[in-house]
Amino acid sequence: MPQKLNLNRVEMPRQDPHARGKNFKEVALGYSPEQAQEEASRCIQCPKRSCISGCPVNVDIPDFIEAMRKGDMPGAVRVLKSKNALPGVCGRVCPQESQCEAQCTLEKRKAPVAIGRLERYVADWEQQNKSVMPPPPPPPPPTGKKVAVVGTGPAGLTVAAEMAKLGHGVTMFEALHVAGGVLMYGIPEFRLPKAIVQGEVEYVKSLGVELVLDAVIGKIDTVDELLANGYDAVFLGTGAGLPMFLGVPGEDLCGIYSANEFLTRTNLMKAYLFPEYDTPLGMGKRVAVIGGGNVAMDSARCALRLGAKEVYIVYRRSKAELPARHEEVENAMEEGIIFKFLTNPTRFLGGGRGWVSAMECQEMELGEPDASGRRRPIPKKGSEFVMKVDTVVVALGTTPNPLIASTTEGLKTTNHGTVVADEKTGKTVKDRVWAGGDIVTGAATVISAMGAGKRAAADMHKFLMG
Amino acid sequence: MVDEKGERIPLTIADWNVKEGSITVVFNEVGRTTHKLASVKAGDSILSFTGPLGLPAHVEKFGTVVCVVAGYSTATCLPIVKALKAAGNRVVVIIRAPSKDMLFGDVPLRTVADQVIVSTGDGSFECVGFVLEPLKEVIEKEKVDRVFTAGPVCMMKLVANTTKKPSKIPTIASLNPIMVDGTGMCGCCRVSIGGETKFACVDGPEFDAHLVDWASLMARRCTYSIDTQSPVKYQCLNCAQW
Ligand SMILES: Cc1cc2nc3c(=O)[nH]c(=O)nc-3n(C[C@H](O)[C@H](O)[C@H](O)COP(=O)(O)OP(=O)(O)OC[C@H]3O[C@@H](n4cnc5c(N)ncnc54)[C@H](O)[C@@H]3O)c2cc1C
Ligand code: FES
Repeated sequence: MPQKLNLNRVEMPRQDPHARGKNFKEVALGYSPEQAQEEASRCIQCPKRSCISGCPVNVDIPDFIEAMRKGDMPGAVRVLKSKNALPGVCGRVCPQESQCEAQCTLEKRKAPVAIGRLERYVADWEQQNKSVMPPPPPPPPPTGKKVAVVGTGPAGLTVAAEMAKLGHGVTMFEALHVAGGVLMYGIPEFRLPKAIVQGEVEYVKSLGVELVLDAVIGKIDTVDELLANGYDAVFLGTGAGLPMFLGVPGEDLCGIYSANEFLTRTNLMKAYLFPEYDTPLGMGKRVAVIGGGNVAMDSARCALRLGAKEVYIVYRRSKAELPARHEEVENAMEEGIIFKFLTNPTRFLGGGRGWVSAMECQEMELGEPDASGRRRPIPKKGSEFVMKVDTVVVALGTTPNPLIASTTEGLKTTNHGTVVADEKTGKTVKDRVWAGGDIVTGAATVISAMGAGKRAAADMHKFLMG
Repeated sequence: MVDEKGERIPLTIADWNVKEGSITVVFNEVGRTTHKLASVKAGDSILSFTGPLGLPAHVEKFGTVVCVVAGYSTATCLPIVKALKAAGNRVVVIIRAPSKDMLFGDVPLRTVADQVIVSTGDGSFECVGFVLEPLKEVIEKEKVDRVFTAGPVCMMKLVANTTKKPSKIPTIASLNPIMVDGTGMCGCCRVSIGGETKFACVDGPEFDAHLVDWASLMARRCTYSIDTQSPVKYQCLNCAQW
């Protein structure tokens, strides 16, 4: 339908920066029906449909938007969910600006359709309108094959949903007491409400997937035992859960946390509701978060909401090299997080009772680009200075937990601890074992983990039916 | 984890019954979670239980092994003592209890171990004094090939010092730092062993007692004591860092 190009991307309402710095409620509030309608009608339904190739799970983006525009919300849900089992999650945390929206024809005019916001709207609409959704298609006849999925992050959930939809019997094993992986323990409530994640987990279960919680594979059963005890294939989606530390003196002082510990206490265990919830979190008033990725931004913004007076992000390169999403950096700056660029901690100093009281840092300058293509930080001689801090969060990244690799005969790992798997099929070198997500790539994104899950599921299906 | 609002805490498995599908845990009522756990009645259920985690105890034929334990570890060391005996060791257990009334877990140990010595602080039972005196006596009397210790950090530290000099006896301590996930994901349980960082939940709980950085472990264990524990009673007020 020919129409005049509308280049006014509809902004999404957000909580006021000052108010939101004090609560854990969602920052981005979502479109109203009118806003969603307006944004949906900006899609020109171009023949190129290049947005689809920008999406790691190839959602038929123009089709779900067209259904929305016509007011057929159940239809939009159906299109979206046929390719993406977790739209409520992806609509909130995917880096759309570098994926689907980067491929949008309107991107050339600097006004790509806000695909992520529309996706979120459709997913939220479904959660609130379950009763008017037509019943799901009947499950396919069982194939009689059994699949074990280890880990219930986005990779595992995707494999489980895909395999169940194909008629296989699927059991998911999760080490923690809830399913969801990083979506539950890492990403904070104010970016991704936990009720949304659990809604998506329930959807996967509704497809007939069995979920076994509190089950650490490698301890209660090894992968080989799963294979020997009736599972025809195993998918490893155990993520990259091993935190890295700086390795500088004083890092074991109280009040110094890995981002994983800090975020797990806050998000999974709900330390922000202490003492109603039992898990404490020793929060000081002057907090330094070390690192410049999304995890650092999340940690800093949590610290602020937990009552810190001053929160610093200490990053050894400059603003231009920050690996975090631009939007998250902006959110953090808006909320009053203070950035200290070109600064690197060299040791931590203790105060009373073994608590951290200060951090010695070094100023850095940027040299030649390194292997990652970013300019390498070099310490400036004699530039040491001391910063008073009473809480430190180390957010330097994570590598895969060695538990699975060390207890599974015949898996190949790289020297970064990641499991070697074929990029196209997720197949590991071990018979009947596939892997995908952060365990293969190292810490990456939700959607890339889901894409890997989809490819692995397709290959597992071929193997099981072959 | 007792309920939805609960906290994840580590507990040692004190016994198990494969036929019944049951395990036994022993704990002191110290903080919020152990209080909650203590109020659970027969037939009730708790939200979440995960395990076994970490590495199993290292047991082989060493010769003579002395186990120095206190508090709940008196009960939880039973499977280790049994296994040590089964591997052909002579096992001496030294138990520390504040008073006779607060002594528990010694009866089953007596049926397994070759010798059980109880030291009560107030002298209400067997010998008076701390565990170190009986430990030194045993070491003087016979050749000790290995020492195992589990209990309060300060006791383990003193045991480690005792077996370091004059003659060095290989000593293993079962460490008990604060934990969150117990799967190696958070690093809350990190301990410094000979200058190297280890995660007690996956690399432990047993470590070479002579290499442990005790001061750091003591401080880290007290991170939340003000927020979560019943006051004073369980805080070691004579600890180095208080
Ligand atoms: C704070 C934070 C913020 C992030 N923000 C974003 C974002 O905005 N956008 C984005 O796209 N990505 C983001 N990411 C990255 C993204 O969350 C991950 O890339 C993604 O979750 C990886 O998925 P996965 O399925 O591979 O593993 P995970 O989500 O890590 O899930 C692995 C699961 O396996 C379980 N497990 C581990 N070992 C075992 C075992 N032995 N037995 C049984 N279960 C086991 C774990 O408990 C966990 O539940 C963020 C990550 C963090 C930490
Ligand atoms: S308890 Fe989290 S890593 Fe050991």
